[in-house]
Amino acid sequence: MNSNKNIRVVVAMSGGVDSSVAAALLVEQGYDVVGMMMRLWAEEAIGGRRYNRCCTPDQMADARRIANKLGIPFYVLDTKEVFRHKIVDFFIEQHRLGVTPNPCIECNRHIRFDFLLNNALALDAQYLATGHYARIAQADDGNYLLKKGVDEHKDQSYVLSVMGQEQLSRTLFPVGEYPKTEVRKIAEGLGLPTANKKDSQDLCFVGDGNYRRFLADHAPDIMQPGPIVRKNGEQIGEHNGLANYTIGQRKGLGIQSDVPLYVIAVNPLRNTLIVGTKEELGQASLTANRVNWISGKTPSETFRAQVKIRYTARPMTALIEPLNDERFRAQFDEPLRDITPGQAAVIYNDDICLGGGIIERNDTAESVINSPLQSAELLR
Amino acid sequence: MSVGRSIYLDHSATTPTDPRVVDVMMPYFTEHYGNPSSVHRYGRLAEQAIEDARDTLAQILNCKSSEIVFTSGGSESDNLAIRGAAWTARQSDGSRHLVISPIEHEAVRVTVEQLATVMGFEREIISVDRYGSVLVDDYTQSMRDDTSVVSIVYANNEVGTIQSIAELSTIAHERNALFHTDAVQAAGQLTLDVQKLGVDMLSISAHKFYGPKGVGALFVRDGIELTPSQSGGGHENNRRAGTHNTPSIVGMATALQIAYDEFEYHTTHYRTMRDRLIDGVLSNVPGAHLTGHPEQRLPSHASFVLDGIDGNLLLTHLDLKGVAASSGSACKTGNPEPSEVLLAMGYSEETALGSLRLTVGRQTTAEDIDYVVDVLAETVKKLAKMKIV
Repeated sequence: MNSNKNIRVVVAMSGGVDSSVAAALLVEQGYDVVGMMMRLWAEEAIGGRRYNRCCTPDQMADARRIANKLGIPFYVLDTKEVFRHKIVDFFIEQHRLGVTPNPCIECNRHIRFDFLLNNALALDAQYLATGHYARIAQADDGNYLLKKGVDEHKDQSYVLSVMGQEQLSRTLFPVGEYPKTEVRKIAEGLGLPTANKKDSQDLCFVGDGNYRRFLADHAPDIMQPGPIVRKNGEQIGEHNGLANYTIGQRKGLGIQSDVPLYVIAVNPLRNTLIVGTKEELGQASLTANRVNWISGKTPSETFRAQVKIRYTARPMTALIEPLNDERFRAQFDEPLRDITPGQAAVIYNDDICLGGGIIERNDTAESVINSPLQSAELLR
Repeated sequence: MSVGRSIYLDHSATTPTDPRVVDVMMPYFTEHYGNPSSVHRYGRLAEQAIEDARDTLAQILNCKSSEIVFTSGGSESDNLAIRGAAWTARQSDGSRHLVISPIEHEAVRVTVEQLATVMGFEREIISVDRYGSVLVDDYTQSMRDDTSVVSIVYANNEVGTIQSIAELSTIAHERNALFHTDAVQAAGQLTLDVQKLGVDMLSISAHKFYGPKGVGALFVRDGIELTPSQSGGGHENNRRAGTHNTPSIVGMATALQIAYDEFEYHTTHYRTMRDRLIDGVLSNVPGAHLTGHPEQRLPSHASFVLDGIDGNLLLTHLDLKGVAASSGSACKTGNPEPSEVLLAMGYSEETALGSLRLTVGRQTTAEDIDYVVDVLAETVKKLAKMKIV
């Protein structure tokens, strides 16, 4: 264990159970551990501060207390500007384009494994560690592999699919080897004050957790009422702002119809919500862009693999066809109902994550965008 | 944490307690533990220690013993002086005008802000120049017939600039205003002779001059009536309620006595170390500029701004290299705000985020200084290279 004592590891601490146990495990393994928390951007609120939910004063105090208990230094890194620019502005822009982004993925891409990692390396650390449930392994050829966490229910490889070889070589996921129940036990065993805490939140920068309210406050232009149409352009109702709806949504549309109708696409250019039947909702394929192959090499041939289209989705078998270094197409064996542009399509070979990309606008939306305007009312 | 060296250059934040002071304090925890207010012999022993301590302070401040009030530290002394004098004046003649500088310690700044925003007083903040020295013309013009209390810091904690207190107190007195100075940073390094300074009230805090934390004193000139901030028993001649902290009060007096007995020795050492540090930083660290007055500054105090460097991040890097420093903009919660002191001195918001304070002490060595200069130069070059966004 003494061999680790000259290896500095910066551990990203949130005050939560997973990162606290990650820090504790690293200390146990004899590393020179430095705790660090990112101060993220938070909304200004009238009559008081609305804190980013990932770094409220309470969580910061918890993390500091745990670091003191573990006998490691603890620092807070001012991450507000880069987070606002890369995550918050991006979130708003993507909604403006009618897609539903995954901020956690962008945060891992631009903040955790870029800004924070670079800061860790500048502090002479050899590794950045986080409390993610995922594993890193090295193949016989020396290549780094990203694998699912031991706890399949907690696996977070989906949001880590943006990592490359360089980043994996500099990263440790100490809790990825344990099931969550075991992690909680370790926390209790260490007397960590966070053993019974809730898991952390996505959309951490939305103070009250209500992203529709957030968009209405920060981008009122994208929350304008507009028409609800069928695929053929027929208007059958009015929506109250595109960001209020998600693909596959059936309830709360306020429309009369003989058959159940679902949100199948949005057209932000015309501020139009497109609805259709269950059959129209189903998609058997998707294309993804901004693709990251974890190996660093684009596969030369089409191959079969499993694809997750949302963080919580089950992996579904598909034929993967790399189109170029930036894009791939996935052809599913069976149509899926909730392929959502902006979310990531992440490719697995069993428990190995091969990479992923961001789902492009699907064909339905394209066809409506390209179809002639039905009436002047469709214009914003 | 594998740190080879550990160098403390944050003596303006606090100092280690002198072991001689600790020795003097010890019996008052376990042997002479009586309450100084008690009638019995235990009480009398403690009372004697308190009154001896008061005499020691009075001798160094060149005032009467009855003019010393013991408090819990610098912040309490500032609160008691300003709030206490402001309320008394308002009750006697209705005057409400308070004058401070823009580079006061929070204990003064926030107290006056509260008096102004919540309690109906009027606050006037005068101007300072690029070095943080009070602009005397502006200061003079700010005085009015209804100015009741003026508070100007003796030496600023962030940039170390010393004010001409005797001159400023004379101007206040010409308009019949009371003059208070926060001498928390000055104590142990500059004269505390209240007659020479011409002040009506003066605050000190023991832990800044190698005494214990949590104890301080306020000099209040005879005849000035203070409305107590902390009410209760009749301690301290009805000016500050609460059982006396005997060990700490004894410790403070001993620490102050040592500081002024050995005044030349220590302040000469501070100056030598400080000048070596300032020369080293200015000639080796790219983009470093001295802040505060080049001559009229505390012997122990060096402060800088560093072009394009985030003060908070710099402290993190320095700490991991074993160097304990501070920054006017730093904050443990990663939410740095530009230093208000530097803004008042005319620095831009961006520059005011890149400040660094290094304050030397009795144990600082030339080797320490040279190591810190090397580490600082190396770190600043590294941070300048990785500047993101």
